Amino acid sequence: MAYDDAMRRYEPVLGLETHVELGTASKMFCSCATEFGAAPNTQVCPVCLALPGSLPVVNGTAVESAIRLGLALNCSIASWCRFARKNYFYPDMPKNYQISQHDEPLCTDGYLDVVVDTPEGPREFRVEIERVHMEEDTGKTSHVGGATGRIHGADYSIVDYNRAGIPLLEIVTRPIEHTGDLAPQVARAYVAELRDLVRSLGISDVRMEEGSLRCDVNVSLMPRGADEWGTRSETKNVNSLRSVERAVRSEIERQAGVLDAGGRVAQETRHFQENIGRSISGRSKEEAQDYRYFPDPDLVPVAPSAEWVEELRAGLPELPAAKRSRVKREWELSDEELRDLVNADAIDLVAATVDAGASPTDARKWWLNELSRRATESETELSALPITPAQVARVIALVTEGTLTNKLARQVVDGVLNGEGDPDTVVEARGLTVVSDDSALGAAVDQAIADNPDIAEKIRGGKVAAAGALVGAVMKATRGQADAGRARELILERLGAQ
Amino acid sequence: MSAITRDEVAHLARLSRLALNEDELDQLAAQLDDIISAVAKVQEVAKGDIPPTSHALPLTNVYRTDESRPGLPPEQALAGAPSVEDQRFRVPRILGEEE
Repeated sequence: MAYDDAMRRYEPVLGLETHVELGTASKMFCSCATEFGAAPNTQVCPVCLALPGSLPVVNGTAVESAIRLGLALNCSIASWCRFARKNYFYPDMPKNYQISQHDEPLCTDGYLDVVVDTPEGPREFRVEIERVHMEEDTGKTSHVGGATGRIHGADYSIVDYNRAGIPLLEIVTRPIEHTGDLAPQVARAYVAELRDLVRSLGISDVRMEEGSLRCDVNVSLMPRGADEWGTRSETKNVNSLRSVERAVRSEIERQAGVLDAGGRVAQETRHFQENIGRSISGRSKEEAQDYRYFPDPDLVPVAPSAEWVEELRAGLPELPAAKRSRVKREWELSDEELRDLVNADAIDLVAATVDAGASPTDARKWWLNELSRRATESETELSALPITPAQVARVIALVTEGTLTNKLARQVVDGVLNGEGDPDTVVEARGLTVVSDDSALGAAVDQAIADNPDIAEKIRGGKVAAAGALVGAVMKATRGQADAGRARELILERLGAQ
Repeated sequence: MSAITRDEVAHLARLSRLALNEDELDQLAAQLDDIISAVAKVQEVAKGDIPPTSHALPLTNVYRTDESRPGLPPEQALAGAPSVEDQRFRVPRILGEEE
């Protein structure tokens, strides 16, 4: 059913479960490395392979990261909690259980405020957080044979346990109600805000494309005006912000179609298919999973002291929402200008450039225009460009003091991106300074007038606007290094048009 | 009354991917019932005021420093695998028995 029709008749309720892979140097319960992309089964040991007699020991930094995220999400931190074994038989975990937390999560009862753009302006939603708990990631299975490399129809599977045991935080929201037709945008804004929050804490690189942030999306519908929620489906492994939005939207359309045809929404797990933009049915949850959770006797309880928690709270950095309102105020930005910065993921870069001495306006202009274009061209993220905010600030300073024109400045940026060194080094090596010396410029101006007698005549006759063509000729002759303003003055002077 | 039913044993067997025949189910149900009944005697002295014990030692907060160390070389990691392909553990088809 079309989305608008669906929204006229039904009200969605959302729930999001997000897994964040922590950026610790070692795994959750053993000292194996956690590098992404290592050769298969090269970051494994007796603990994460579940060899008999091995015992897990908790990574203290992972606990600290979990508490810091909990605090940033306004959660209460448990004074005592345990790890639990989640028992299931699937070869992605060689122990036949995953170490997780069950009814004693480390962090509970928080919230995250998110902002959605609407035609009427930005609108804020409060997403309540039920819990944040610690667990370990699973190994990576690849399915061999069959038509599509999917689990269905595969002949067999092969498993790489490098990822098994990497620390994970699972962040679970309470049901999100009253979003109306903004449900897909709210879901996306929540995941984006959570990503920025995690990144500001420095506890994970949160690269969705590498799977270090993964999202499961729960959706149910109830008829408008009803007060009893419908049956929900759970769409697994939605791995980009765009997909989060599309997964919610397409699931609302699908469920509305089922309900309108008099059908019943099945409580099931679905799998989002990036290529077609919607989900397909997976394992049915009709028969409830039976994980037989029990406290893991190999791991002693986690009991963070109030002193430690307060110390971590005091050490939290400025969080993204606070940072956004601060820069909006300090840089005097409109809602749209702030939105552009947020969408370009450029706030931190611009802030660092301002700290290095540039004006907010110049810093924003360079990052959002020239550098964003370079990032797009090289298919990389803005922050991954090989130029530092300090270098950008130096280029801006050179323009401001008149040493470089904007055109020359772009060539300097080229040089820095090419690895030719700092801006000053590039200026020196490429000989890129503005020619504003009248004797040097004068020769180029005379030449331009001599080469273009028709244009010169027009200017003599009072058509001052035609001077642009001669300025262009001068710029060309000086390979862009002329001070265009001074060249124009000289042209007009010589042609008596001033 | 028995502490565990034959149906519960069959359910556990299925979760554990154990193929038990009818005779084995009867036998195991009886044995497990004996074991659970014996252990249940503890319940008679440990009433509601004593929480179930999950850890025998009164330890909390045992943490490891976050430093990585080399694990097993892949040949050794895979040495016990019944089947290896592409330096990965090869396992039988996962879905199919039930779905």
